[in-house]
Amino acid sequence: MKHLLAFVLLPSCIAFSQNATTSDATGSVDKGKKIFMDVGCYECHGTVGQGGAAGARIGPPPLNAQGFIRYIRKPAGAMPAFTDKVLTDRDLTDVYAYLKSIPAPKPVKDIPILNELKGK
Amino acid sequence: MSKSKSSASKPSSSQSALGRRGFLKGTAAGAAALVAGEAAIAPVVKAQTPARAVTPLPGATQIAAETNAPPMRVDVYTTDRPGSDFMLDVIKTLDFEYCCANPGSSFRGLHESMVNYGKNKMPELITCCHEESSVAMAHGYAKIEGKPLMVMAHGTVGLQHASMAIYNAYADRVPVYVVLGNIGAAEWRRTDVEWAHSVQDAAAMVRDYVKWDDNPVTLQHFAESSVRAYKMSMTPPYEPVVIIADAVLQEEPMSDFDRRTARIPKLNLSQPPASDGNSVNEIARMLVNAENPLIIAGRVARTPEGIRLLVELAETVQAGVSDRHYRMNFPTMHPLNVGGPIGGGTVTTVANADVILSLEVGDLWMATHSQTPINRMGMESKPLTKAGAKIITIYSGDLFGKSNYQDFGRYNEVDLSIAADAEATLPSLIEACKKLITPQRQRAMQERGAKLAESAKRLRDRDIEAAAYGWDASPISTARVSMELWNQIKTEDWSLVSETFPFFSAWPLRLWDMNKSYHYIGGHGAYGVGYQAPAAVGAALANRKHGRLTVNIQTDGDLNYAPGVLWTAAHHKIPILNIMHNKRAYHQELMYLTDMAARANRGIDTALIGTGINDPNIDYATLAKAYGVYSIGPIINPIDLAPAIKKAIAAVKKGEPALVDVVTQPR
Repeated sequence: MKHLLAFVLLPSCIAFSQNATTSDATGSVDKGKKIFMDVGCYECHGTVGQGGAAGARIGPPPLNAQGFIRYIRKPAGAMPAFTDKVLTDRDLTDVYAYLKSIPAPKPVKDIPILNELKGK
Repeated sequence: MSKSKSSASKPSSSQSALGRRGFLKGTAAGAAALVAGEAAIAPVVKAQTPARAVTPLPGATQIAAETNAPPMRVDVYTTDRPGSDFMLDVIKTLDFEYCCANPGSSFRGLHESMVNYGKNKMPELITCCHEESSVAMAHGYAKIEGKPLMVMAHGTVGLQHASMAIYNAYADRVPVYVVLGNIGAAEWRRTDVEWAHSVQDAAAMVRDYVKWDDNPVTLQHFAESSVRAYKMSMTPPYEPVVIIADAVLQEEPMSDFDRRTARIPKLNLSQPPASDGNSVNEIARMLVNAENPLIIAGRVARTPEGIRLLVELAETVQAGVSDRHYRMNFPTMHPLNVGGPIGGGTVTTVANADVILSLEVGDLWMATHSQTPINRMGMESKPLTKAGAKIITIYSGDLFGKSNYQDFGRYNEVDLSIAADAEATLPSLIEACKKLITPQRQRAMQERGAKLAESAKRLRDRDIEAAAYGWDASPISTARVSMELWNQIKTEDWSLVSETFPFFSAWPLRLWDMNKSYHYIGGHGAYGVGYQAPAAVGAALANRKHGRLTVNIQTDGDLNYAPGVLWTAAHHKIPILNIMHNKRAYHQELMYLTDMAARANRGIDTALIGTGINDPNIDYATLAKAYGVYSIGPIINPIDLAPAIKKAIAAVKKGEPALVDVVTQPR
């Protein structure tokens, strides 16, 4: 039932993003990407953080770095909590850097097979 | 099964014939004594009792024939009428198009009758490589065609293989007709193999999850039970049934008695149970007066007519519909579609509803409650419904239940519970609603409908925007695969025969225009993995005569249970486009392992142990090629996907199966 519950997470993430202030991360993109894959963040959120039935969209991240770390320590919805015993703040800063490095998606208008769905 | 019970139709064994001779010897001795004393007592008897028929005593010739040592056995080599021919006559009256089977000695007689006496038509044998595939093919076929196909299997090892697939069909309320071979009488088992393949009560293993079974001991019994089984399977709630075809009944000649007397009863399907008028009027009153009614659709549409009726009801009262997607119940692009489990549609709409009409929803408690998620200790549940909300259920599952397997879910308190078939009840419910709608209520409903339509549009726009994320990623995003596929099938008469929620993030349900009964058929029923590949081939078999383009988004873990079904598709020229959802893991379990590690606060980087399907990566295109299936892949770059799909569709249009191995994002 994880897939059913995971979507409860989405509104919580959005709520965080609305309250967040912008903040730059200083982590390593390469290290962050490796951690993201090794500890299984991609399992629910996708390898480029695009989200899906099991996890919210986090690439690019909707929170600032502090908010991101705070959320992972004490998440809402179905998201597991990851303590500093398994993921240090340094690790999470690197992960944040990776997510921050993910470019915004192409506009739908530039993807013809998606764009034609609009208005239908 | 005892042979003595079947003397009317079964040939006597040498053992039972000697037993009869022994009996006659005793009869002869008794008769002689009676004759000796007859002179003394006969007059008295004659004087005291009226005349009556007296069984004549056997003559000397007969006594000699019956009591002398038996003559040397004369081998009888052939028969013009094995019992299995009659069994096939019975089966033919049930109008099965196909019979799926992995060959087995306990039903070899029936198998032979089917291909020779029956000329391999109605039913036509479909060669399967695993009994689980046989049943799952029947499962998929029934969800397209609305009726069962037949499965044959050993009553022992075959049924053991088939049992999970039967459970899936049971939980999914799907009719499947299983005929099991078994050698009931011990003295007829010729080898240790036949002893190992014989069982006292074959159906016992699956009795917890079939609707009915029987073990006929005569051919007449077989005829009646076979017709009864079909009727029970096709009375809502639809369910699998099992009939035993005794091997001796199959293989030995039909007795003279049976040739004279055996007859096949006529099949008359029962009318589905519909709700009574008073209850219908009460539901209509609640729906028409509701400010924010919600219809939750489970397994409503048993037939294409069910979709039309559900649309008419929703439009009549302008109620939002939340589809659980166990069937194609409601058009995905309809403005009253408020979303199913995906996207939180159910959560939001349930919380806002003042009247909830639940139609054939087995897991209503899940749809109306929240629970503590897996990544928190403890368990707490809360209703999602607001205070005072009324819940109505129309559920044929209330008419049939078993206890051992717990697929029925948690008990849900409701305000009005109707034990009836929803589709059969919809026509009267629609009419009752129409009679109650005043102009004032009509205006309110139209305003509500306009708001729901606006909300549905927002939901769809949100999904379109979401699909753009990760568009160029490799592994390829499930949204990209869905849209590349849709782009090439949207002008065809297509049929998606795979479950896409949660595995494919439900993208086809969110983005494709689904409005026909065969556009979507739901999933496993009991989440027994190994269902998808064979069910898809079974659905494609049903779609073949309609000329539909069958599309299966195939998860990798599922295909590895019984990939031989690819050969079945190639051998029987079943056109089907398989798009691999190759994520190289048993991904749901991979996520659970990460959950468990996070709960235990350790080792979150070890979850692929025991869940990964990598190192080496499986080359599904080569696997498919080995089974005779046209294949392309692995496709890793999204740029290569559209051309690969195009080539595969061209192969499918020639009447053959095809597979495109796509390395995908996990969800």
